[in-house]
Amino acid sequence: MKQKKVLLTIRSRAILSRTLSYLGLVTLSLIWIIPIFWIVLSAFRTEVNSDGQLIGIVVSNYFPKKFGVQNFINLFQGQFYGVKGVFPRWILNTLIVAVVDCLISTFLVLSVAYCMSKLKFKMRKPFMNLTMILGLFPGFMSMIAIYFLLKSIGLAGNSADNAWLNIVGLILAYSAGAGMGFQVAKGFFDVLPSSLVESAKLDGCSNFKIFWKIILPLSKPIIIYTALMSFTGPWMDFIFAKVIIGTGAPECWTVSVGLYSLLFGAQSDVNFFTQFAAGCVCVGIPIVGLFMFLQKYYVEGVTAGAVKG
Amino acid sequence: MDNSINASEKKPNIFQRFGRGFVQFWKDFGHGFVNFFKKLGSGFKNFFVNFGKRFADGSIGTKLSHFIMGAGSFYHKQYIKGAIFLILQVLFILFMVMCPTVNGTPYGWKALGNLALKGNPGGYDDMGRLIEADDSTLFLLFGLVTIAIIILFIIVYLVNIASSYKADQDEKSGKKPTSFKEDWGNLLDSRFHILMLTPTCIAALVFTVIPTIFMISMAFSTYNIVDMNDATEPYMKNLFHWNGLTNFIDLFKGKTTLGHEIGARFFPVLGWTFIWAFFATTTCYFGGILLALLINKKGLQFKKVFRTIFILTIAIPQFISLLAMRNLLNGNGPVNQILMNFGWISKPIGFLGNNTVGDNPYLAKVMVIIINMWLGVPYTMLMTSGILMNIPTDLYEAARVDGTSPIKMLFKITFPYVFFVTMPYLISSFVGNINSFNTIFLLTGGGPSVVGGTYVAGETDLLVTWLYKLTIDNGEYNTGAVVGILTFIITATITLIAYRNSKSYKEEDTFQ
Repeated sequence: MKQKKVLLTIRSRAILSRTLSYLGLVTLSLIWIIPIFWIVLSAFRTEVNSDGQLIGIVVSNYFPKKFGVQNFINLFQGQFYGVKGVFPRWILNTLIVAVVDCLISTFLVLSVAYCMSKLKFKMRKPFMNLTMILGLFPGFMSMIAIYFLLKSIGLAGNSADNAWLNIVGLILAYSAGAGMGFQVAKGFFDVLPSSLVESAKLDGCSNFKIFWKIILPLSKPIIIYTALMSFTGPWMDFIFAKVIIGTGAPECWTVSVGLYSLLFGAQSDVNFFTQFAAGCVCVGIPIVGLFMFLQKYYVEGVTAGAVKG
Repeated sequence: MDNSINASEKKPNIFQRFGRGFVQFWKDFGHGFVNFFKKLGSGFKNFFVNFGKRFADGSIGTKLSHFIMGAGSFYHKQYIKGAIFLILQVLFILFMVMCPTVNGTPYGWKALGNLALKGNPGGYDDMGRLIEADDSTLFLLFGLVTIAIIILFIIVYLVNIASSYKADQDEKSGKKPTSFKEDWGNLLDSRFHILMLTPTCIAALVFTVIPTIFMISMAFSTYNIVDMNDATEPYMKNLFHWNGLTNFIDLFKGKTTLGHEIGARFFPVLGWTFIWAFFATTTCYFGGILLALLINKKGLQFKKVFRTIFILTIAIPQFISLLAMRNLLNGNGPVNQILMNFGWISKPIGFLGNNTVGDNPYLAKVMVIIINMWLGVPYTMLMTSGILMNIPTDLYEAARVDGTSPIKMLFKITFPYVFFVTMPYLISSFVGNINSFNTIFLLTGGGPSVVGGTYVAGETDLLVTWLYKLTIDNGEYNTGAVVGILTFIITATITLIAYRNSKSYKEEDTFQ
């Protein structure tokens, strides 16, 4: 009898704790979802004010009274900063920057990480210390100088005719520093058994062959992680792009600079908010999709990064 | 387990540890500093001894290599290599002598002279035509680039001598000097690291080292747009000069208006930067661990769904979620409207302090930290999930047998374990938060604003966002650079102490 009662309390306690956990998780999920969902809803809301204009931020009701895709049409065909159809241009710019930066950065990161992990040479320690010290400088400080540097060779602050030069400048600026962020990839290579490298060496493989034929095929997770990070970087970064290309013509902006300028730029307007939201949806969906698709590799990289800093 | 609890009780508290670490750090720093120069000295001595020895020992080719690069390689019939060296030397000499100009500013030897920043102030010639003034920014930049090119050239020069000398030695010992093909093979094998690191080194030199030195030099100059725009003639706008330590002194003595305004706000901003970095790091960290524990609780369904929801917020570009938050919480945004509709408040609350001057600064600070949790917790959750699963279950079993409460287990097993494993991440995330530009800039823009002048930082401004305002908005490049240097000194000291501490921490007691 007594035993049964104890069992019962244990079971009811377990149920109670489980219910509480669910409740907590659902509440937290709601807190995390509401702002995002709000942006998505705003993108599709087409309420108009008394002048027949689209209202920017609707404050009275969370769920729209009128749905529609007018915001997207305005965004893609409308005129911002005096340039018609500039939003698709921003997307294109960002895409170009992201693809090229992804290729260059992944190559640099992997090569440096492999050297630091599996090759032994004299300058290894000093090189690692130096990258750490350089990493401690506020990145913002060198940003301004990079802007001057790029401008002096004509790769920043150009007019619309030479917008592509600004894009080249931004690619250089993004990918040049990539090699110094090798820590996560190094952590991955550290875990690969050194015996692989040694036995290949005994078979007469050169270091290049070992890297190319043995290490790289084993490194799919970290290659994907690095590529994902460097590809999404330009979509997510705001300040670097603003300093480097913000002074140039609107035609050479990236998406983040452009969308920010809709709300807070020189020709910003509160009524642009729904169009801003539409832009966020356009950018957000592919990036989120990519993350979800490659979730496994992302989690792996993040976990490795925890230990390696 | 008992053991580790006892050990943790005997351990000095965190402040004592930090204090000790601090003293030890500066002691070691001193040692390291002296050692560095001793090493450098002996390195230089060896270098010159070797240099002389090679010159004396070497063949005619090696001797000639000291003057004409590649001569040694030609002497040893390594034609391609020799040609590369020779071309590099010719290019370098042309670069230094011809002084190619970009935007009216020369490179080469003239650029070195221009580093004195004594630019031509411009003016009008006899015919009344405008002579443009020189651009001091470019003087400084091109001077630095020229120095970098000279350093690279010296490296190539030394490689050229070493290569010829090695060929000499090979010939002496009866081997054939390496062919170009063999050299290339070496580059792919025993000297693979050189091939792999060169692109990164050059990129880092151009896009990290030179810019950093450039910005440091700004701190010792008169480069600010306000003064330069006040120049007597409009054409002189691009000129600035060296002015030694004046900017630093101004900041601490506060005699000029600018110096006074900045000096008055420096320590409050520094203090808030640290408070922010501390809370931003710890709230996200512990929040993330708790969330991970909750999600990974035994017997829960839909784990994947919940995880996906939280990953969703990581995947969304930060500027989107931050601007969404800013608009939600705005003075005339939905949240305020809802609260007013319910009749809970009578007028909008400036949650993020970007409405008016009268907004509550403490509220804004707390809100920023809370929103930062919204951003950061999912990341830590993801990161610690894997680590939590690695905690040996027998630790918990043993604790359960001993009748330890779950809360105690959390503090005695879970946190120490995760803490131990993720120490490097904690340090780098603390530094990251000190320099966390996006969160503050996009959420509050530094507000609520503080009365007292043009250059005054807002209540939630961090050192970095202030740096942005000083440089990009106000054009005070020199003062901005001073603030940047001070930020660097502080963050670097703290990080290095933390790293040192964590290392010794690891050595003195490994977990279990």
